[in-house]
Amino acid sequence: MPSHDLSSPPAPRRSICRSGWLAAPGLLWMGLFFLAPLALVFAISFASRGTYGGIIWEFTATNYLDLLHPLYGKILGQSLWYATLTTAICFVLGFPLAYTIARSPARWQPVLLLLVMLPFWTNFLVRTYAWMIVLRQDGLVNGLLLSLGIVAAPLELLYTPTAVVIGLVYGYLPFMVLPLYVAVERLDPLLVEAAWDLYASRWAVFTRVVVPLTMPGIVGGCVLVFIPSIGSFITPDLLGGARSMMIGNLIQHEYLVVRDWPLGSAVSFVLMAIVMAAVALYYRHAARTAEALEGR
Amino acid sequence: MATSSTPPFTASEQSLSSTLPTIDIRGIVRRHGAVTAVDRVSFQVRRGEFFSILGPSGAGKTSVLRMLAGFEDPDEGDLLIDGQSMLGVPPNRRPVNLVFQSYALFPHLTVFENVAFGLKMRRVSSALVDEQVRQALTMVKLLGKETRMPAQLSGGEQQRVALARALVNKPAVVLLDEPLAALDQQLRQAMQVELKSIQERAGLTCVCVTHHQEEAMMMSDRIAVMHQGRMWQVGSPREVYERPCNLFVSRFLGVSNELPGTIDVSSGEDRLFQPADNEQAPLRVRFVGTEQAGRSATLSLRPEHIRMAQERPSTSDPVLSGEIEKVLFAGSDTKYLVRVGHDRFWETRMTSNASSSLFSVGDPVFLHWSPTDARLYFE
Repeated sequence: MPSHDLSSPPAPRRSICRSGWLAAPGLLWMGLFFLAPLALVFAISFASRGTYGGIIWEFTATNYLDLLHPLYGKILGQSLWYATLTTAICFVLGFPLAYTIARSPARWQPVLLLLVMLPFWTNFLVRTYAWMIVLRQDGLVNGLLLSLGIVAAPLELLYTPTAVVIGLVYGYLPFMVLPLYVAVERLDPLLVEAAWDLYASRWAVFTRVVVPLTMPGIVGGCVLVFIPSIGSFITPDLLGGARSMMIGNLIQHEYLVVRDWPLGSAVSFVLMAIVMAAVALYYRHAARTAEALEGR
Repeated sequence: MATSSTPPFTASEQSLSSTLPTIDIRGIVRRHGAVTAVDRVSFQVRRGEFFSILGPSGAGKTSVLRMLAGFEDPDEGDLLIDGQSMLGVPPNRRPVNLVFQSYALFPHLTVFENVAFGLKMRRVSSALVDEQVRQALTMVKLLGKETRMPAQLSGGEQQRVALARALVNKPAVVLLDEPLAALDQQLRQAMQVELKSIQERAGLTCVCVTHHQEEAMMMSDRIAVMHQGRMWQVGSPREVYERPCNLFVSRFLGVSNELPGTIDVSSGEDRLFQPADNEQAPLRVRFVGTEQAGRSATLSLRPEHIRMAQERPSTSDPVLSGEIEKVLFAGSDTKYLVRVGHDRFWETRMTSNASSSLFSVGDPVFLHWSPTDARLYFE
């Protein structure tokens, strides 16, 4: 056999290039229906509103400057607060759940995970309406509290910030549980035993070993809950009423009610900036953890 | 309490603590569902002793270790460390540290932070942590690698970190779970010597679980042989190897050449053993006991006690005739498989230079030994 045959392994680069063509339809689709509209919205955010809701193509930054108005600032702050609170509650509820599932007998795990995802089988709108029935004045919660004599008069639950956070936690808890489950499942149980053997209390085992080693899952779960929470508009619309407006509601309001598309576009891009910041944080963390574990 | 001038009290307390076994296990039982993993096991480990629990996998030895560490509690019996019952005491409150078979080093912490973990959990001041971690790392020859991550270390180095992480805490007992099993053969042998010397220098009390009989014999002061949840024999390596209490222990600790037969009449201070295979002559055996003639027994003999001859030796020692079945050259030793009966083979050994081309396959051979070296096991 000639020697050059041995020294020339098949070139993997070429095969990647060739299969690259298979991605073309998808790329085209994304370009046409995702990037192009996005560019359009970006352009609109620098235009101004016509008297009857049209768009006047004159470059201006007023839309962004208008957002500095305290009213918008309040909505933005409120959205950040609801999303952060939702993420925190999801973590506190989700971690023990994920840990229990990951440490239960292997044959039960798929069933338990299925139960976590079960709500996704029903339409989100329908589930949110169900929460209205649960939380309203003559709803399930108040009925229970009244009949047990815990409260004298029905509590005002629906159309409050509490209702919004309850709805958001309910909606996005599975997004927290799934990445946490994966992270805990990968955690070697012997490391927990080793820490326990080395005089760590249960809490120290959790903070010094479990949390650092499941950090990719924790950050992933938090990002996955935070992003849809901050952009949600159905939940605050149906459960929160006028007082609990979030960015999503503002965008909807500007586009459909006020017909101020330029302002709505500007709000959309601010929201996108927040989301991208969250994602960037996630990737930076993921890269750092990978580096640390490989010991670079 | 009493006045300060009570030297007898102090003295008696001292002598008490020095005679008290570090570990005192009293009839512990551990069940996993219907299976009894550990069945009424009792033993004591003295201070500074290297104690090995030897047995095949599934013998229950890991269960004993986990009960010592506190990850499992016995269903019956008591377990004392330094005179204190450990029942219901969680692992983080026990004065023991476990070296895991897979090392279980924290992958997100440096070598230094791994070793310092136990000290920090006990809130030792950072200056002291620094000093003691350095001492421990010096002892396992890892000084200078403090800032490495576990993934950057070789298997042998990881093993040393695991050891340092345990001994830095100066525990009453270091528990070792198959400590060298993950290392390759050469490193394993080097670490056996090193582990033993670290144990002696630091005066550690060690309980080691292993299925590797040679390793257990080389490192241990005493060995306990476990099988099917029971502890069959506890003694020094020489004791359990040379005077195994039953055929299982005999077979597990080394090669056991066996011959079934019946015990016969006396011949002077010895008795005669008639092999079941009647073509063989009666063999002289020496043992303490008054077993009746006609009782069936199995004779067992270690390979190193057997001498080989080409001609029938003129000796009163027991002689067994056979035929060389296989010659296995194993470097310094040459092993011979000798057919001593239908379907019965014995293994013998000779140093390679002495035996070179003395025997080859098919040669007749006479095996003889001193009557005191053979052991008899009655059914």
